[in-house]
Parts: sequence; structure tokens; C-alpha cells
Amino acid sequence: MNTAQKLLRQLGHQVTERLWRLGFASRFLLMTVLYSGTALRRFHLTIREIYFTGVLSLIIILVSGMFVGMVLGLQGYDTLQRYGSSEALGVLVALSLVRELGPVVAALLFASRAGSAITAEIGLMKATEQLSAMEMMAVSPIARVVAPRFWAGVISMPILAALFSAMGVLGGYLVGVQLIGVDEGAFWSQMQAAVDFREDIMNGVIKSFVFGVLVSWIAVFEGYDADPTAEGVSRATTRTVVTSSLAILAADFVLTAFMFRGI
Amino acid sequence: MPSLIATSVSADPLVQISDLNFAYDSRSILSGINITIPRGKVVAIMGPSGCGKTTTLRLIGGQLRPTSGEVRVAGQVVHECDDDGLYLMRRRMGMLFQFGALFTDMSVFDNVAFQMREHTNLPEELIHDLVLMKLHAVGLRGAHKLMPAELSGGMARRVALARAIALDPMLIMYDEPFAGLDPISLSIIGELIRTLNDALGASSIVVTHDVHESLKIVDYIYFVSEGKIVAEGTAEEIKESQAPYVHQFVWGEADGPVPFQYPARPYGEEMMEQPSKPRRWWS
Amino acid sequence: MNRAAIDLWVGLFVALGLAALLFLGLKVGNLSSTDVGETYALQARFDNIGGLKVRAPVKSAGVVVGRVGEIRFDAESYMALVSLNVDKRYQFPRDTFATINTSGLLGEQYVGFEVGGDPDMLKAGDTLKKTQSAVVLEKLISQFMFDKASGDEGK
Repeated sequence: MNTAQKLLRQLGHQVTERLWRLGFASRFLLMTVLYSGTALRRFHLTIREIYFTGVLSLIIILVSGMFVGMVLGLQGYDTLQRYGSSEALGVLVALSLVRELGPVVAALLFASRAGSAITAEIGLMKATEQLSAMEMMAVSPIARVVAPRFWAGVISMPILAALFSAMGVLGGYLVGVQLIGVDEGAFWSQMQAAVDFREDIMNGVIKSFVFGVLVSWIAVFEGYDADPTAEGVSRATTRTVVTSSLAILAADFVLTAFMFRGI
Repeated sequence: MPSLIATSVSADPLVQISDLNFAYDSRSILSGINITIPRGKVVAIMGPSGCGKTTTLRLIGGQLRPTSGEVRVAGQVVHECDDDGLYLMRRRMGMLFQFGALFTDMSVFDNVAFQMREHTNLPEELIHDLVLMKLHAVGLRGAHKLMPAELSGGMARRVALARAIALDPMLIMYDEPFAGLDPISLSIIGELIRTLNDALGASSIVVTHDVHESLKIVDYIYFVSEGKIVAEGTAEEIKESQAPYVHQFVWGEADGPVPFQYPARPYGEEMMEQPSKPRRWWS
Repeated sequence: MNRAAIDLWVGLFVALGLAALLFLGLKVGNLSSTDVGETYALQARFDNIGGLKVRAPVKSAGVVVGRVGEIRFDAESYMALVSLNVDKRYQFPRDTFATINTSGLLGEQYVGFEVGGDPDMLKAGDTLKKTQSAVVLEKLISQFMFDKASGDEGK
């Protein structure tokens, strides 16, 4: 077999493999949603997972949000003051955060903090036969293990993104108003005039919800699909972070194109 | 065929495996297996690592579908059950996994209580009493507050055993219950397998390669090698067996009918092949 | 960690999230301003709307009294048909004059109401009779240059 044939064959193999995984992942998502009864009826199962995915991600989200806002304050001021419109700093900081950076950066952080943890946990449960044991005890692992983690991620993500944006605006305020000395009244009033609740803030929330679904889906799927070995789990964890980051950015483009097309 | 099994099989065995074949893709794991587990007995399935013992347990539990043949549990064909029927059947089975497979995010107590909480509406006080009773039976009532990470290997195995018998199953399956245990834990587990089986009026299947411990406690033994049953009989019959394979296994001789090399196609041909993905166990 | 403590933390987490959303809505956004009230629709035709956008403010005496609802091209009159959602609390006389203005030299455009003296008030669905189109900066400049040139000639 010559090299070209080999390459073509490998390519075909890769493509079918990817398609197979996508199909299986979609079926898995459907199963997760169908088996969500337990997670919603016995909501304390989900609450427990919200603690591990959401509450434990709080620190990193709050601190990063604050810093991102502060950087936006510095950079934005530097650019805006050249055009003599440094009062628009509030607008710049707030719009960048609620439309883009809040949902996207929070989702990226969430994928690496909570998504990888979910994958590793489910993967290890599989490797140590805990999922098998659960099946043998007539309890569906998808209902008992996967669905609560999935919903916890979906619920946590918009909350974390909102907190990220709020912290960012505060960070921008601290740098812009307290440190640099932009007029406080202009900072807030221009921001309020330019930021629309439905167009900007709610669209940001919708984005973060979509990212929450994506990251949680990828995380639980990679965990469930991991090869039941130490190496398999570590590879699955890496894949979760890489795949969800790409998915977040791609979905962000699509959503932005739909949401802000007319403006 | 030995006489003992012929009499006790008599009416209605709990598990009846007939002409069972199983293959992953094209690699045959089990072929032509016939096993009978009479009610109230402890039966061992022995053989070297990788001979398909664990696969047999998974087929009984319905986690895998046979390629051909059937497994009947209490008269029902396992692979013909739908999901609900299968789950209903599994509620009456207990399984001890190789390394316990305790839920690492739950305490010992919650592990044992797991099935009771999932499948019954018992009040929490009753569950508390039942769990302590099960833990007492394996001698670990005092450890109910510990987390699985704080247990030794032998203790974890005993907790897993308590968990397996939580709902008083009719069939208890043990996957390598003796693997990696110190001699004391080993005989404790052996003792427990026998006494729990008799106390619960259950039947047990022990999959193991530990000859000496299991010969002490089991009623009947099947020897599996390369996916086929090569010998069977009671403990005494096995000990005295002159069949070369059984002799080699029981006395642990390195040389004998069991080959060192796993059967394979010619070396060169194997190197050229694209590795194929194993079939997933959930599909 | 027991269940009560976890519940407490998760409760705190959700409360924080709601507080953040409230902060974004009230302090960062303009949820508290006029556009949540009930509105009635008015129509206006303009020769040229310039850069007017949907949801641009409608102002009278500098106060926001409504929002631009929809902008269409009217194929019969070849004009822009703009529907304006005006706050129910405010009534305007029938001869109100709608203009398209620009906030600042380069700012966004909005619809301004110059109130007339008619005793009858506009009702929902009415059309404003008198409108003035957007000032297009390029036209203004070229007109200024033209005037200047012709003025110089006249001397």
C-alpha cells in the first residue's frame, strides 16, 4: 500500500471514528435527559453536585472576573482617552463583559475547573467498576451519576457567568473610577444608557446557559466513555478541556451571529 | 457425571446456562458453556486469568448479551428481558466485584444503605437498623462511619459483601473475592461466603483462581480454560482428579497442558493489522 | 460534609447568582428605566431615517418617552414607515412634529417630539402628519460648500 492510500485510509478511519463518537454522544445526551427523573425528583442529588461544580468554582470565577474587569478598565481607558471619551469606559467594560467575556471566560474556566473534575470522577468510577456495580444493583448509572452532574453544570454555569460579569464591572469601576479618576456619575449613567437588559444581559445569560449544556455534556460523556484505566481517564480529562474550549468558542460565534446581527 | 450434582439438580436449578457462546467482535471468549447452579449451593468457576470467568458473571447479570445459547435465572432467560425486567431481576442478585467497587464518595453506611434507599421506601430508622445488621454480619459494625478510602483491602471487600447482601438476594456472585488479600482476610471472606449463603438460603457463584481457599467452602466446581469447561466435580473429586489440566491447576505446576502462549494468528500477520476498537459493554 | 451544610452553601451560591443578575439588570443595565411600562403605537413616515435603529429612544423635551418599534419601507409612498411605541402615561397633541435628531455630533440617532397646540390628543395607531427627516451630515456639508461657492460668486 502506498503512502497516499494509507493517508486516505487513515483519514477515513478518523472521520468515521469522529462521526461515531458524535452519534454516540448525542444518544448519550438524549439518554441523560430521558433519565433525568431521579435527578430532578430527588433534587438533593443535584444540589450536592451543584456544590462540587458551582460552589467550589466560586473563588476562581470571582477572582478572575475581578482581574479581567480591572484589565478592561486599564486598557479601555488607555484607548478611549485618546478620543476624549473616557466617560464611555463604563459602557466598554460592561458591554464587553455581559455580551462576551462574562459567558465565554467563565465557561472556559468552568470547563477546566469543574468539567475536568466531572470527567475524572466519572472515569474513575468506571475504572473502579463502581458504575458496573451500580448497574448490577439495578440502579442506572446514567440516572444516578450522570444526570445529576449534568444538571448541576447546566444550573451552575449561568450563575457563575453572571457573577463573573458583575465582578468584572466592579473591577472596571475600581480601576476606572477609584484609581484613574473617571467621573463616577458618567461611568454609571452612560453604562445604563447603553446596556439593554434584554438585548445584552439576557442574551449573555442565554449564551452561558448554552455553554453550560455544552460543557456539562462533554464532561459527563468523556467520563462515561473513558477507557477504564488510569491512562484512559487522564486522556479523557484532557479531551474534556480541549473539546469544551473549542465548542464554547465555536458556539459563541454562532450565537453572537444570531443575537447581535440586527444591531 | 458425578452423582451428587445429579441428585441436587433434581427439580429447578436457580441458574441454568446452556450451550452459551460469547465473542467480542470475532474473538471467541466462551464456547459451548453448560453450567448449573442448584439452589442453596456454592459453586465455583475456576480457571486461569483471562479465561472468561468474569464474562460468565456479566452474562448472568445481563450486562452482556450472549452470541448464542442462553442463561436462565429462576426460569427466566436473561437476554430476553427488557430493561425493566432485567433491573427487576438484578434486585434479587448481589455481586461482589473484584476490588469491592465501593462508592468512594459515600461512607460505609451509605454504601450498604444504597440499594435500600434506591429500591425501597423503608423509613430511615429501619434502614439504619438493617445496615448495622448487615455490617454486623461481616464484623464491621464499628466501621460504619468510615469512608472507603480509610478501609484496608480486606475490610473493603467485607463492606462490599455487606452491600451485596443488602436486599437479601437469591443469588450472590463473587468476582475474584480472594484476590490480593492477606491470609487472615482471605479465610474470613471464605468463611463469610459459606455462612452467608447458608444463612440467607441463597445460591452463590464464586469466580476465582484460588484453589485451596475455594476447595474448602464450595459444593461444586467447574474448570474453565480457553472459554470451554474442561472439568467439573465436587471438591473431593477435583482434589483427587488425575486429569492433567486439573492436576496442573490444583497443584500449581508451571508446565503442563496449559500453554504459555495465548492462541494467536501468525506473528507477521498480526503486526500488519489495524487495531480494532473493542465493543463497548453498554452497547 | 453533611447535607445541611451543602444545602446552605448551594443556597448561598444561588442567592449570589441572583444578586449578580439583579446588579447587572438594575445598576449596569436599564431595567429600571421607562421601557418596561405599557405603550401605545404611533406611526410616522420619514423621507430619510438616516441611521435610526430599532429600539432607539423617542424623546420629548429630552426625556425618553418611548422606543422605536419597527422600521419598514413603504413601497407606495417610497418613504420609511416607522412605528413608535410611546409610554401610555404620556399623551401628545395631534399636530406633534416628529424629527430625527442626533445626540451630539456623532452620537446615536433618536426620534424627537416637538409638541404642537392641538387640543385633540393622538390615539393608538394614529399617524403623525408632520415629520422631519434625519440630517445627513454629508448633504449638510455639500450644501454648505455649495452655498459658500455660490455666495462668493454673487459678490
